[in-house]
Amino acid sequence: MPPAIVNFIAGQVGVQQLVVSGTSTTAQTPPSHPRAAFLVLLIIISFTISAIAQEPADTAAFDLPDERPAPPTSVVVTDFKYDAGNRVDITWVPSIDDQPELTLVDGYTVYRSANGGDYKLLDSLLPGISMYEDEEVTPDSVYTYYVATMSGKDTVQSVVTQEIRPEWELVNFDLAWLFVIAVIISGSIVWFIWRARAGADLFVRKIAGLDAVDEAIGRATEMGRPILFIPGILDMDDVQTIAGLTILGRVAKQIADYDTRIRMPVSRSLVMTAARETIKASYQVAGRPDAYSDDMVSYVTDEQFGYVAAVDGIMVREKPATIFLLGAFFAESLILAETGNSIGAIQIAGTARPAQLPFFIAACDFTLIGEELFAASAYLSGEPKQLGSLKGQDVGKGIAMLAIILGMVAVTMATAFEIDFFQMIADGLNQVFSTKAE
Amino acid sequence: MRREVPLIITSIAGLVFAISFFIPLLGDAQNRFSDWVSIVQSFAVWLGLLNLTKVSLEKITRKREGWQYAILTVVSLVIMLAIGMFDGFSGLAQDPPVSYREPGTNFDWMFRYVYTPLTSTMFAMLAFFVASASYRAFRARNFEATLLLVAGFFVMGGRVPLFDLLIRWFTDYPLFNQFADWIMTYPNTAGQRAIMIGIALGIMSSSLRIILGIERSHVGGQ
Repeated sequence: MPPAIVNFIAGQVGVQQLVVSGTSTTAQTPPSHPRAAFLVLLIIISFTISAIAQEPADTAAFDLPDERPAPPTSVVVTDFKYDAGNRVDITWVPSIDDQPELTLVDGYTVYRSANGGDYKLLDSLLPGISMYEDEEVTPDSVYTYYVATMSGKDTVQSVVTQEIRPEWELVNFDLAWLFVIAVIISGSIVWFIWRARAGADLFVRKIAGLDAVDEAIGRATEMGRPILFIPGILDMDDVQTIAGLTILGRVAKQIADYDTRIRMPVSRSLVMTAARETIKASYQVAGRPDAYSDDMVSYVTDEQFGYVAAVDGIMVREKPATIFLLGAFFAESLILAETGNSIGAIQIAGTARPAQLPFFIAACDFTLIGEELFAASAYLSGEPKQLGSLKGQDVGKGIAMLAIILGMVAVTMATAFEIDFFQMIADGLNQVFSTKAE
Repeated sequence: MRREVPLIITSIAGLVFAISFFIPLLGDAQNRFSDWVSIVQSFAVWLGLLNLTKVSLEKITRKREGWQYAILTVVSLVIMLAIGMFDGFSGLAQDPPVSYREPGTNFDWMFRYVYTPLTSTMFAMLAFFVASASYRAFRARNFEATLLLVAGFFVMGGRVPLFDLLIRWFTDYPLFNQFADWIMTYPNTAGQRAIMIGIALGIMSSSLRIILGIERSHVGGQ
């Protein structure tokens, strides 16, 4: 307490002289009035106690850090472009305290208010995340958001974003070029189908693997052994499985004609029902509905290697003369193909998974590479309109070849001679062919 | 009608999926179709289960070849199902409820110590099959096989430090490693992309045939 104040109080109450030392004050001359002296002492003690009580609090403010983390900053809400008005994206800059070594931030919570209503919690996110996609919005509402930093039970909220009203767009113009290319290729496929129907003579190159189908079925018939058909391990929503079943339709008709047995273990229930319908229909077309049995197709398991174990067992026990492996395959491709190879079966395989093709090429007699799998059914049918669709693909290949050559020249010229025109072509091609829908 | 109805449904679904790629408003319809597929798939699981049981029981009763394995299949099916259901129902009674797949449940034990080792065993067989298939593939019978052999030699040699260690006497430059990278980055990627372009066009053509009803072999048409 300042000495001037002490002396002023002492003067008021009749104290002659006070010596103030630090926070303790001692009266050297006894006061003339004991009650006044007591009052002065009381006041001094009160000041001293309050001073002592205040001092540690002030010190604490400087020595201990504030344990509340900083809020996220720059919280921005944007309407997702080219959608049905049902998505907005919220982005933010994470809290400056969001650092793994601090362990102060437990994550973020995103809140939304619709049409000026109360803010409701949308989601809790992990630390380090700086974006949230809100796909629960409607085009006719106005939304605001804020993001909060979580630290234990404490939350520190950011500022509220500006209002946003999601909008829907009729057409995704980012995909305009892709649409044009798709129309050209689809149009050419339809045009070639129409030409083939009109009687035009179209050349389709020989596919060795498909020319061998007759021979493979005939071999099984002569040997009196079954034919094993494996449609891959994916479900009916995969185009490779559908391609496999379209080939099955053709193969099953020949099998019915030759009165050979077919065995088809599958790993998906829907594939089982679809395959049964396909084989049944083929047997009916072949005029042998009585020879069909539901037992031709059997479900094994959805589990990848459980399925492989079962099919390998069938191969080793029943020793089929011919094995078709047509569909989507993964790590099981080589196990199946090598087991088939070890029992001496003719194997015709096909898949659209480039990583599995080398295994099939190494272990099978014939392999349908990529597009040949999808061409197989049309090829086997021999119908002009189906073959016409294969011819239409050539237009797509032509576009791809032109784009590749143009791209190579443009990039080379732009890099070597720094010509803007070629750089523009390269950028344009990159934009056209690297566009994809989200 | 038996053939026409599936073809009509296929055409409508195919068109919606194709158009929704360009028209965002139809994205919801696409999601709806996907939900329907999931519902149908979940019901179809029972079809598979019943079929597996029926086929296995028939095999056992008629004592067909390998009928002993069918017993194992049925017993495994029943045990796994019973344990899963027991854990599921007893877990529901707990507070908070515990899923039958949580660590520490009987089902989890079966999964970890029976199912996973069996699966791993099957997967491990791949190593032996790779060796036998490689032996056949790398025999230099013709030009293509010789090319494959040479490329395989350099790629495998470049992927391990041995070859580059051997030429350390002459140079420190990782020649084999760089050459292996070059093969994988340029010729290999170019080949894969060519296959991918062909696949994309094949899918387009195949899809159009199915959507237009020209391809009918999957519903018995020729």
